[in-house]
Parts: sequence; structure tokens; C-alpha cells
Amino acid sequence: MQTYEQFLAERARTDQGLVVMTAENRAVIRNLPAALGPRFIDVGICEQTMIGVAAGMALRGRTPIAHALATFLTMRAFEFIRTDVGIPGLPVTLVGGVPGFLSEANGPTHQALEDIALMRGVPGMQVFCPADREELLIGMQAVLDSRRPTYVRYAAPEPAVAHREPFVIGKAETIADGHDVSILVYGFLLAEAERARAELSSRGISVRLVNMRMPKPVDEATIVAAARETKMMVTIEDHFLTGGLHSIVAEVLLKHRRSARVLPIAMEERWFKPALLADVLSYEGFTGPMLADRIEKAFRE
Amino acid sequence: MSEPKEDSNERLRALSLAVREHIIRMSTDGGCFIGASLSCADLLVHLYSRVLRISKDALDDPNRDYLLLSKGHDVPALYGTLAELGFIERARLGAHLKTHDSVYWHPNRAVPGIEFHSGSLGHLLSVGIGIALDIRLRGGKNRVFVVVGDGELDEGSMWEAMLVANSQSLDNLVVVVDRNQFQANVRTEELVPLEPLDQKLAAFGFAVTMVNGHDFDALGSAFGSLPHVRGKPTAIIAETVRGKGLPSIEARADRWFVNFTHKEVEMLLAELHGTAKAELSSETLMVR
Repeated sequence: MQTYEQFLAERARTDQGLVVMTAENRAVIRNLPAALGPRFIDVGICEQTMIGVAAGMALRGRTPIAHALATFLTMRAFEFIRTDVGIPGLPVTLVGGVPGFLSEANGPTHQALEDIALMRGVPGMQVFCPADREELLIGMQAVLDSRRPTYVRYAAPEPAVAHREPFVIGKAETIADGHDVSILVYGFLLAEAERARAELSSRGISVRLVNMRMPKPVDEATIVAAARETKMMVTIEDHFLTGGLHSIVAEVLLKHRRSARVLPIAMEERWFKPALLADVLSYEGFTGPMLADRIEKAFRE
Repeated sequence: MSEPKEDSNERLRALSLAVREHIIRMSTDGGCFIGASLSCADLLVHLYSRVLRISKDALDDPNRDYLLLSKGHDVPALYGTLAELGFIERARLGAHLKTHDSVYWHPNRAVPGIEFHSGSLGHLLSVGIGIALDIRLRGGKNRVFVVVGDGELDEGSMWEAMLVANSQSLDNLVVVVDRNQFQANVRTEELVPLEPLDQKLAAFGFAVTMVNGHDFDALGSAFGSLPHVRGKPTAIIAETVRGKGLPSIEARADRWFVNFTHKEVEMLLAELHGTAKAELSSETLMVR
């Protein structure tokens, strides 16, 4: 399987309009300056200017892919995203690095836990949350082909599950079917959710596992079906409770006049304990076995 | 893309007068940002008549020059200029603030000739850099002019963008500062001083020229041969008078956004033509 930057380099060979930009954040695209030449643009630590420049290049027909840490991209540059990319609906792809728990030990300044809430609030903005590298690459293909403004919550670990379904904008992926509990999750936490599903299954609880790879446009039918066909829903996300997947599920169910029992697992009104990822997951109760315990407890109540 | 015509100063003065009439007529039935519009009217007339390589018949020509109005609240001056030069019907200005058209208080792309929307200060220099970078990538000869306000230079994003313009050696980029000495309600030097502005811009890597923004000969020299220094972005500080052309409004801090009565508009038109001084009583300093 290609790396992310190999994918971009190959895409750039066939798509002459593609430009890769960064606000001096080169970790996952470090070899692209050599591969892309002047189509690699590093503006320095200037997130706002990067977005304005991306809008200007998109006006001229380019397809910019702009990289920065998720927290600075979506907050420092928020008004530029909303005003210069959102209002005209320009085909700019925004790639936010180390979102959510992936900021590990950086501390609250670096914890993008509201990025989905902010980005989905921009009219016309798509939001894509890949679970692993395989999904990142197939999703990027679809996102770039869509020529719509899109926020990508970057994650590229080794594949979490065997992906079963082709990537379609606005569609969720059902990893496993079940009738007691539906787990709705996105991003790298899909791997932990799959561990929780297997654990719950061994304890006699049948779990439907849904990969909500695109929080926007969201797959309403899959959410409504989970509410109708399972006894309890669980949303799992490394995001504030406000404005993320739990809010999306609530909005969708209200729109379709459905009620459901929903267990939200998210960061509620606080930032997480900064530490290395494995320790964050343990401390905050997001490992597969801990998720299984939290879900079983709620289910048996 | 054709070179602009070499119109006489007399012709430009007549155009400016007509643009100012449009601005005054837009200052009623809802009003407009009249002071800043009047300060940059001569600048825009000069740029559209003598500098910009654009054609109203080929608005999408990739080889055209670009003008971006970053301090968007002075858009009545741009509407007036576009109307006088035939980019839009003059009658369209009668739709100012009406829902059946898109001629409102800030620029937007529904108006032919307007390249990008603005209104939030501090945005279009970075957008202009993106356009200029793409032009250079494609080996184009066209230029990007970004008209900014002096008050707008309070925004940190302007200085961030200047750092980037310098880092890219963008000599197809021209920043035009409408130096009318005012923020919205207060003189810049009394609030957040900008001087020595020319030295600040030079220190950020720009080739800086100062010019009387109401003198067409001086503007001709300033914009005559660009870039001023190869490999450097250009900054032209146009020293202007807010409210220029109307002594009742010139350089008055409280005449920023005004919604005049029809009678006041008639008096201001008379004042513009030097026949009578206007007596104004409408509320000033409105919040918009």
C-alpha cells in the first residue's frame, strides 16, 4: 500500500492542477518538495495566509491540499476557511494533522476536539475522518474527485479492520452487523471499537459496528436504521461531546422523528490528560476492553 | 490582453466626478461607507483607466490583471467605476441594497468585474498572493493589485501575508494602500499609529513608493513601470483624503457610514460641483 505522500505525488502527476501546501508542517509530506517542485508551497507558520493563498489558487483553477495541525488549521484559520473557501465553495482540501487523541502529550493547546463541530458548521464543507491509511487513500481519491471544500481529519495507522465497502461520499461503512447494540465511531478509534465489538460478542452481546467515515454529508439512513434495528446506540469519538458525532446522531434522529437510547462516549466539557497515545486511551477509558465494559454496563442497566 | 487606453487627465477627472456622483447617490435609502469610497475613487479610476490590462468583454481571460478590493466597504467607488467603464449597467446602481440584485455594502462576485468578495478585513492580500503565485507557476505576465485600507493594516493577517509575499519574491503583486488617515471612527495615528508606514513596508521586503492619490500625473509615475524592483513585491502608499471632493465630509471622523436624506444628497451633489455648501443633519457614525 502507498504512503500518503506517495499517493499525493502520483495524483499530482496526472492532475496538473494539484498543489500541496503546508504551514510549515511537513511530517507526512516531507518528500514532496522534491517530487512536486514549485507545486509544493510552504508558507511558514501562517495558517491564515495559507488558506487565503489556497483560495486564490483555487480561483485560478488549482486544487490545493492544505496541511497544518488540526487545531491551528481549524481554529486559527477558521474565519479564512469560512469566508474565503466556504462562501465561494472553492475546491480546497484541508488536512488537519494530529487531531483528537493523536496530539498525545502536547497538551490542550494542541487538542483538536472541536474540529468536526467547526468544520461541519461551514455550509458546503465536507468532513472526512479516515480510520486508517487504506481508508485515507481511497477517501482522498473520492474527496479530490468531488471538487468540493473538504476537511480531512488526518489519521493513517495500519488498517484497523478489513474495509468491506467502496468509498462513497456521504456513506457510512457497516463493518459488522448485530441486533443488541450499534457502535458508531470514526477515525483511528475504529480499531478500539472493533476490539470492543469482539469482546462484547464473546459476552453474548450482538454488536453492529458502523464506521462513520464521513460525518458530513452524513449517512442518515444508516443512523436511522441503527436506531430502529438495535436496542442501544453508542457514539465513540475523540471530540468534545458538543458538536461531534453524538450531536449529529441527535440531529438526524430528531429530523426523522425517532427516539433512541444513546450512550455517548466523548470528551465532556474538558480536555484529555496529555500522555502517549496508549496511556491516553487507558486513562480516558477508550481502550477496546474498557469501551466494552462501559457499553456492557450501560446495556445491562 | 490589451493595454489600457491612454486617456487624458481631463477624461479621468470627468470619470472621477461621475463616480463620486454615484457614491453620493448610494449614500441614501440605507446609505453607504461614503468617506472611504470617496478617498479611493481617483485611485480606482486611474487603475481601471490606465493600468489594469482587463477587458469588460473577456472577464475570465486568464491573462488579465486582477484587482482585489480588500477593504471592501469602499465598494461604492468600485461599483461607480465599473458602471462608468461599462462593466455593469449604470441602472444597476439603482438596485443598491435591493434583494433583486447583489449590489450591497461589500463586494461580491455576482457583480461583473469583481474578482472576489471581501468585507472581513485582512483577507485579500493572502488571496492575491495565491493568484500571483499561480500566475507565476504558469509563466504569466499579468499582475495582481490589492487595494487595502490603512486602518486594515491593524490586522495581523496583513503583516503575516506580507512576510509570505516577501518569502516568495512576488514581483507581480502590488499592494495599494489607500492612506486616508482614518480607521472607521478615529484617526489611525491617534489610535494605533502606523507611521513610519513606508519604512515598515520596506522592512517587510516591499519596494515602497508614496504618491498623492488624487493626482493623476503622480499616479501615472507611481504605476508607470512595475515592478519597481525586480524580485520584490511593490507597495504604493496613496496619500488620500477621506471624503475627497466634499468639504462637508472631508477628513471628518464621524462621516464614516452615513444614510443621508434625499435632500442632503441633492445638497452634496451641488457641493461636489462647487455651487453650494451642504448643510447636513443626518446621524453620522452609524454602526454597520
